[in-house]
Amino acid sequence: MDKELTISNLTGNKIKKYLAEGKRFDNRKPDEFREIVIETGISKNAEGSAKVKVGKTEVWVGIKMNVAEPYPDSLDKGNLMVTAELLPLSSPRFESGPPRFPAIELGRLTDRAIRESKFIDFKKLCIKEGEKVWTVFIDIYSINDDGNLLDAAVLGTIAALKDAKIPKYDKKEEKVLFGEWTKDKLPLSKEIPISITAYKVGDKFIVDPTRDEEDISETRVTVGSSNGVISSMQKGESQELEVAEFKEILELITKVERNIFKKLEKL
Amino acid sequence: MSKEFKRPDGRKVDEIREMKAKVGIVPNADGSAMFQFGDTIAIAAVYGPKKMHPQHLQNPEKGTLRCNYNMMSFSVTDRIRPGPSRRSTEISKIIEWALEPIVMIDKYKNMVIDVHINIPQANASTRCAGINAAAMALAHAGIPMKDLVSSVSIGKLDKQLVVDLNKKEEDWEEGEGATDIPITFTNDGKMTHIQLDGKINTKQLNEAVELARKACKEIYEVQKKALKEIGE
Repeated sequence: MDKELTISNLTGNKIKKYLAEGKRFDNRKPDEFREIVIETGISKNAEGSAKVKVGKTEVWVGIKMNVAEPYPDSLDKGNLMVTAELLPLSSPRFESGPPRFPAIELGRLTDRAIRESKFIDFKKLCIKEGEKVWTVFIDIYSINDDGNLLDAAVLGTIAALKDAKIPKYDKKEEKVLFGEWTKDKLPLSKEIPISITAYKVGDKFIVDPTRDEEDISETRVTVGSSNGVISSMQKGESQELEVAEFKEILELITKVERNIFKKLEKL
Repeated sequence: MSKEFKRPDGRKVDEIREMKAKVGIVPNADGSAMFQFGDTIAIAAVYGPKKMHPQHLQNPEKGTLRCNYNMMSFSVTDRIRPGPSRRSTEISKIIEWALEPIVMIDKYKNMVIDVHINIPQANASTRCAGINAAAMALAHAGIPMKDLVSSVSIGKLDKQLVVDLNKKEEDWEEGEGATDIPITFTNDGKMTHIQLDGKINTKQLNEAVELARKACKEIYEVQKKALKEIGE
């Protein structure tokens, strides 16, 4: 990445100094998210779609479905496929070309938050055991990156999944009637999974970093959970964590989850 | 004949779908815009001028305009695999050619202006919507420009010429079928892009160009209005 595109040490040090006193540049508390705005049904040809704004960060998510063969280890279950694209449109840092690690990680983390929480009942997406099952494609696009794409992507995914309708399927011809939809929603659990990432900045922990805050963070932990039960987790970046710090992170995330959850319940 | 002709969505033969345009939709970008023909939506963001990397691509004579057109996987009913395709690569280049004549990039030696176009929802004429959004985004970025360009697709459905094709019309099968002619004009009436798929005689093609010229004037007004709204 271009040196000029990352923030200066001066800004970085100032952010850390502020945080030591529990303050952030935009007056938020360390455990406070920016405003979250969710809009569903943003693309008519998708089975479901949503855009999510978290402050200035914006992500669009679309759901498409198709019928395919099941995987050999889950013959009676539908498939899930999550891809994320960090569009060059959304940041001067993203370049065209094959997906690089951050895009792959974004897709993978979202995949696991959804898959491991059992939010989608994949058994209900089986058409004929061992032969035909629905594949659910979740495609995530960054529209503006101002930090915390990781959490925004999962929020957008949940909203898009809740918006989705299953396409019509001609059983005789064994083909999907693309562009025609049934009234059936996706089989989703009532327990909504959320994914929150805690970032270590200096020796403090924050959630929902802006781009600048994310730049100077040396490690982060992403926790996917629903109803207080953790079902996915990943530590990112290389700085080590004390066990006491890890416990602090879990406390922080539990507290933040409750606030975000209230937002999602309204969907 | 034109009075009897019924378009699938009830439009008049020279009627453009409802247009919407908005400037400033991507805060990170130097310039950005959205342009919509009915259910076809294009968003565009401009980054630059900035130093061209890698160095061997630098042009010491003048700046480079680089366009990248991409359809989102869920923009059409049958999912598109993410990433570039032969189609998107060609359209990207066509858009570059359509925009280059209006952009005054001579003084940006060794530099590049990137124009990224994405289609979140498609109902035909996506490249035209993309060009319209891109022209607005370039203006929003403050790139010196001679003029704006406006783009529209002219269709021939059987024997009838129509303005701004939608998907149903693009798939027209009756009679002579569908001919799709996307055309781009500068506001002072120069053509910067034309493509054609189908069949048409020269007389009708000349008529199609005239229709496009007229439609582009309407589109230009929508683009101009959106650009004027920035300061308000």
